[in-house]
Amino acid sequence: MNAYVGTPTSRVDGRAKVTGAAKYAGEFPADGLVHGFVVEATIPCGRIARLDSTEALKVKGVLDVLTHANRPPLADADEAWKDEVAPEDGSPFRPLYDDSVKFNGQPIALVVAEDWETAKFAATLVRVEYQEAQAFATDLEAERGKAAEVKKPHKPRGDAAAALAGAAARHEADYFIPTEHHNPMELFATTAVWDGDGRLTVYDKTQGVQNVHKFLCGVFDRKPDDVRVVSPYVGGAFGSGLRPQYQVVLATLAALALKRSVRVVLTRQQMYGIGYRPATIERVGLGATSDGTLDAVTHEATAITSRYEDFSRNDAGWADQLYRSPNTRFTHKLVRLDVSTPCDMRAPGAASGVCALECAMDELAVALKLDPIELRLKCYSDRDQSEGLPYTSKQLRECYARGADAFGWSRRSPTPRSMRDGKELVGWGMATGIWEALQMPVAVRIVLTSNGHAEVSCAASDIGTGTYTIVAQVAADALGLPIENISVRLADSTLPQAPVEGGSWMAASSAHAVLAAAEEVRKELLRLAGTMPGSPLAGAELADTVLIDGRIATTSDNSRTVSIADAMRHGNVERIEKEKLNQFDEDKKHARNTHSAVFAEVKVDEQLGVIRVTRMVSAVAAGRILNTKTGRSQIMGSVVWGIGMALHEETVMDPRFGRIMNPNIAEYHIPVNADIQDIDVIFVDEPDAHINALGVKGLGEIGIVGVPAAIANAVYHATGKRIRRFPITLDRLLD
Amino acid sequence: MNNFQYSRAADVDDAIRLLATDPDAKLIAGGTNLIDLMKENVERPSRLIDISRLPFRKIEETADGGLRIGALVPNSDLAYHPHVEQRYPLLASAILAGASAQLRNMASVGGNLMQRTRCAYFYDTTTPCNKRAPGSGCSAIDGLNRNHAILGTSPSCIATNPSDMSVALVALGALVHIAGPTGERRIALTDFHRLPGDTPHMDTNLGAGEIITAIELPPRGFSRNYSYLKIRDRLSYAFALVSVAAALELEGNAIGEARVALGGVAHKPWRSLEAEAALRGQAATVDHFSRAADMMLADAAARSHNGFKIELARRAIVRTLTQAASATPQSQAHKKIA
Repeated sequence: MNAYVGTPTSRVDGRAKVTGAAKYAGEFPADGLVHGFVVEATIPCGRIARLDSTEALKVKGVLDVLTHANRPPLADADEAWKDEVAPEDGSPFRPLYDDSVKFNGQPIALVVAEDWETAKFAATLVRVEYQEAQAFATDLEAERGKAAEVKKPHKPRGDAAAALAGAAARHEADYFIPTEHHNPMELFATTAVWDGDGRLTVYDKTQGVQNVHKFLCGVFDRKPDDVRVVSPYVGGAFGSGLRPQYQVVLATLAALALKRSVRVVLTRQQMYGIGYRPATIERVGLGATSDGTLDAVTHEATAITSRYEDFSRNDAGWADQLYRSPNTRFTHKLVRLDVSTPCDMRAPGAASGVCALECAMDELAVALKLDPIELRLKCYSDRDQSEGLPYTSKQLRECYARGADAFGWSRRSPTPRSMRDGKELVGWGMATGIWEALQMPVAVRIVLTSNGHAEVSCAASDIGTGTYTIVAQVAADALGLPIENISVRLADSTLPQAPVEGGSWMAASSAHAVLAAAEEVRKELLRLAGTMPGSPLAGAELADTVLIDGRIATTSDNSRTVSIADAMRHGNVERIEKEKLNQFDEDKKHARNTHSAVFAEVKVDEQLGVIRVTRMVSAVAAGRILNTKTGRSQIMGSVVWGIGMALHEETVMDPRFGRIMNPNIAEYHIPVNADIQDIDVIFVDEPDAHINALGVKGLGEIGIVGVPAAIANAVYHATGKRIRRFPITLDRLLD
Repeated sequence: MNNFQYSRAADVDDAIRLLATDPDAKLIAGGTNLIDLMKENVERPSRLIDISRLPFRKIEETADGGLRIGALVPNSDLAYHPHVEQRYPLLASAILAGASAQLRNMASVGGNLMQRTRCAYFYDTTTPCNKRAPGSGCSAIDGLNRNHAILGTSPSCIATNPSDMSVALVALGALVHIAGPTGERRIALTDFHRLPGDTPHMDTNLGAGEIITAIELPPRGFSRNYSYLKIRDRLSYAFALVSVAAALELEGNAIGEARVALGGVAHKPWRSLEAEAALRGQAATVDHFSRAADMMLADAAARSHNGFKIELARRAIVRTLTQAASATPQSQAHKKIA
């Protein structure tokens, strides 16, 4: 039954969120709660020569100043600090571990006081002297020559260098994408509640409570039962909450040191000392025959990372999924700098790499005098060439067609500067988007009570994406109950197993776990109903039954039915509790991806260079859409973010100080309402019989991929100026 | 944020007396800039003297037909005041180009004149800055200076004044009413803000113990031919890269009176009397506007990242004067540039 799946169901947690009833990590109360404020390093590299807390400790209300010199024990082995998404190579950052300074903004002390303002004031009185390193480096372009290649299995095909050199039409260029920060609305925060005897309940802003749980148990040498991690609501994270952030270590450390409950809330400025999208130089080379058949693709990404961990993602390999070419070479290089380790941020790798690839495709189309869509269709790949596999489904052609139709692409005049509206030049650009359709093992517990209510629980987080709602939808359909009768509990480390919520994998993963647990419930109901005297369901096969309208019935004969209440009454059970871990069958015969076609209209004031994005169309093929309302919101939010990536976002570092100089959302620009006009989201019908039972692929990340390229291509079409450095600010358009 | 004392001024004399007894005290009204700076540890006042209850909230006509605006009138009340909308729409437009609705509701007119630069080095207490820590050096001159000044700079400081409202007020020839220990005085707004010279820590010529009580506008309002154009890195809620306030009095196509002022380009709102004089008596044409722009920017000097501002300012001046001359002022609600 599909009363809810596929419909625009409103968020089940919407009321709690807008009324303030939903509590976030920094809002949980505790008896005797005290507050920690972080003291940050003001140099990028060196050692703490002296740290004097005397004056801070004199302030009334200050309880302690924790530093590397006086802290409780922390694990010494890297393994304890490596959470489930830590980079394989390197040694994770350990706050207050020793006197070394690895990046500007690194936490070096925690002032704990009776209230937050006192802690914040006292933090200004902590005196720090440094032994500064002789030299340091924070600038990608200055250090590009020191890049080292990452050993990852990007299999080259043919001889790309030779093919590119000999191509009739070729384009090769560098595209620069700066460091960007997530800036979720909610600040990173942890409330570590002292439960006595060394036991803690840790309310943390995180995308994975069980990841944080395991991490804390390892770092602080605790038994699993001593620590519980809870994170019922998350006000945006976008990847910044995948790894345990340092405030959870500091709050836990302080709670253990003081044997009382401690809250640590980072400031907006301090949040620029955690993860970010790494700056990259994406060098893309495309070679084609004069009719537009691709013969060579080279893509070399050079990204920044810290000195202590090698963080890298797949920037360079996406052409293998999108465009047929006999000769390819994809490489990823890292430049190690005196900065903190980057982390995942909305479509990591793809947002940057596909941006460059799709700008390059536009440049090649211009060189070939081909329509940009026509070029993409000429090179369209029905197989993932890296493995030679067909897709579980790929309706990208339909995305191009539906998107172009909705946008009015056929009315585009191809010549740059040929369309105008008064004093503004009009530009139309497009790009392709691609992301992975990932799915992970997740366990769900369902407790069905005889009054027809069900509690569905799982350790997965809802980071604002709508997990509560889709879990409720799928459960309501699978259990044959109204959605109002479903309550969902998430993001408690004691609940059934779930990985971090990321990669757009949680929708498919949690939905199928709900189906698996619901099947166990149905099995038990059938057993109970089958034993009733004269049961209409006697002998019915499980596969032939459904739960519908509060009843269990056979699909072949809908008169054979027993109410859930009767079955449970007969069995003399008040509740049925079933937990099931769902694992997806391994399918090595298909590639799994989501796709999009993105269209942008910009209007650029010819004299002043002011850019307005007046229309966006994003046509997305992502399998079955579980919730067309929250799904549309996901894509819209991502498109807005893509506009920011194209025109606004840049973390600015002064290389002389190795410091971020715009660590706030006044100066780190993201789009404001005035920057956003029409955004049209189209979900292309994409039945998928291979990927999973529901045909679900997941949404979120796919929405940003391609957006910055579509806008850059539109700016070129409007102005005739090819800007390969992001963000595209108006000064780059002034002659 | 440091610890500080808090006093509420009973009347203007009380405020002046409190200032005199505590040289590190600061006046606070809306607090939209001061509180931010205190949070960043840039401002560390020993005492906040709350003047928000002083009786400076009136907007009233003066005997000569001008307008007297109390220093504590919220920016939004001023922008939406019927008299301002009708007779001084340039001022209303400039105010609405700045900040956000929430900030404009809190911010006072006097506080707007006192807001400090948004130079990133001024805000970061770990870096040298002559404005914040006199004698420590200027990090912007050889650093990140894309947003910095092109006119009236000094080797000590290349910061800009961030106000939109002040740019319009300068163009309109506003006066500042000041009360202090030795009585009351009035100065032209053009003389209120300072160039950095070798004392960039001093933003204004407001003396120790002095307080702004009102702004006065002369009768001439330029309500027909005016425009305020603000160019920035996003379409709202960002400080100006360049802004232009233009006001004309036309007889046919001939320019009678002309006013042009720039924001985002200097340590103070930048008005050029020479350029205005050159416009008077001329036809309102792009050629004459271009000549005025050239005059205004003749002494402009760029640093490593802000060279674009000179050309941007030149084009923006011409555009804004054109908007003013054709009575098609820039809308602050619709972001398409007229």
